[in-house]
Amino acid sequence: MSDLRDLYQEVIFDHYKHPRNFHRIEGADRVAEGYNPLCGDTIKVFLKVENGIVADVGFEGCGCAISTASASLMTEAVKGRTVAEAERLFGEFHAMITDPKEPAHHDLGKLEVLCGVKEFPTRVKCATLAWHTLHNALEGKAEPVSTE
Amino acid sequence: MSAVREKILERPETPDFACLRADFPILNQQVHGKPLVYLDNAATTQKPAEVIEAERRYYLEYNSNTHRGVHTLADRATEAYEGAREKVRGFINAAHINEIVFVRGTTEAINLVAHCFGRAFLREGDEIIVSEMEHHSNIVPWQLACEQHGAVLKVVPIDDAGEFEFENYDRLFTPRTRLVAVTHVSNALGTITPARRIVERAHAAGVPVLLDGAQAVAHGRVDVQYLDCDFYAFSGHKIYAPTGIGVLYGKSEWLERLPPYQGGGQMIRTVSFEKTEYAPSPQKYEAGTAHIAGAIGLGVALDYVSRTGLDAIASHEAGLLDYATQRAREIGGLRVIGTAKEKAGILSFVLDGVHPHDIATILDHHGVAVRAGHHCAMPVMQRYEVPATARASFALYNNRADADALVEAIRAAKEMFKR
Repeated sequence: MSDLRDLYQEVIFDHYKHPRNFHRIEGADRVAEGYNPLCGDTIKVFLKVENGIVADVGFEGCGCAISTASASLMTEAVKGRTVAEAERLFGEFHAMITDPKEPAHHDLGKLEVLCGVKEFPTRVKCATLAWHTLHNALEGKAEPVSTE
Repeated sequence: MSAVREKILERPETPDFACLRADFPILNQQVHGKPLVYLDNAATTQKPAEVIEAERRYYLEYNSNTHRGVHTLADRATEAYEGAREKVRGFINAAHINEIVFVRGTTEAINLVAHCFGRAFLREGDEIIVSEMEHHSNIVPWQLACEQHGAVLKVVPIDDAGEFEFENYDRLFTPRTRLVAVTHVSNALGTITPARRIVERAHAAGVPVLLDGAQAVAHGRVDVQYLDCDFYAFSGHKIYAPTGIGVLYGKSEWLERLPPYQGGGQMIRTVSFEKTEYAPSPQKYEAGTAHIAGAIGLGVALDYVSRTGLDAIASHEAGLLDYATQRAREIGGLRVIGTAKEKAGILSFVLDGVHPHDIATILDHHGVAVRAGHHCAMPVMQRYEVPATARASFALYNNRADADALVEAIRAAKEMFKR
């Protein structure tokens, strides 16, 4: 049986109550919006990419503990990484919380606190919303945020 | 008011309701090691054993297509199907059996009216009135009709308590108003709207009214002749019947005048390539083979509800809602969304610092099933500036222990997020 404590770990509460990089990025060159119509969660991810490296990242929005903590942890994980590394992290993170064959041990650092989500299929979308939005931002053409 | 409330709280539950719980086999199970406390009745209700048995018997003993069949099984199926229609007629006190159309559910009923009424009567610049607390299924069909015919949707606002603002409704009428479509009971707030007055006002302007009764029929007596509404829509599965069956009531004068909905078998009198003549209502609106087992199940469910007594159900649920609301309000940081004077069976709430989705997950681990989200009423969420709410909704088999379990689980969620 899945345990609530596996889902709601201390780190999750910490990042939910004190989300990191929870702000828009002035001069962001890429921005994407995410929306989960099932629960009404919204997120906006801001990126500044310099020489193929995520120089700065931030987010805004409104969501549950899982989606907010996941977004916060994501910004910490991808800052300073290359675009390719960020995409690879997304792939591994996604596999960790959705693939039943995926081993329990990962090399995802702090992101591993979210591995409990695997036992809560209804909450997978909460945990991946930020990542899907990041992916869209990385793929998207440069869009100055000032025009919004 | 507190005197009234105390009186309700003191009234012991009649033993009947405690016994009725045993009629619903699904309730006797554990979820995450805790007894199931099912409080998602506004989404769908559980089914009494006799409804399940009626569907089973239909397939085991007399499954056959209705109408036109000469053989014995076809005759039995037709009799049971039309018998269910008569039960629906009696249940909502319609004047004629031909005013009862079987559809898939409330959504299809509203789409049928929006489509057929729109085709016959909507012209560019015409206006349809809905309210701010409608379910999406009483908004989007009208938007589609408006888009197709160049008509305009006008919206009656609700106040902070979630009450229908009658004066603003009154002011929305113009010579171009063609139809009013409002809910009888709000699915997100629980508000009971002043349906009869709404109809009266519209009729004074010669405008017909559709009432969305999805959240109303299982929780209080509905008399379409008393309400005098022109259309009334509801779903079987929210009143202890199977999914996939619902009802559109329409006054004869309208169902005779509106064009058909879908074309096909059953809905015609004669067909030739030169000209097809349509069957009278309700067959005109029931193209194709119906959900026969569902209709029979609905008839049995309505018998069950009638036998229990709608006044008794309404009073039982009102007492329960009042009790649960009062206990929930003792939880610091909990805000009830929807505080209308007249409510039916729905407790929608938000809790400071805990998102409704987290509440629902934690409640589920205590065996308590509630719904979290926008409840297909996004304009209501915008009105209250919340992304979502958690919603507990009651049915006749719920009791004080269920309300207590709900409150305890909410406290546990709050405690968990306190750190």
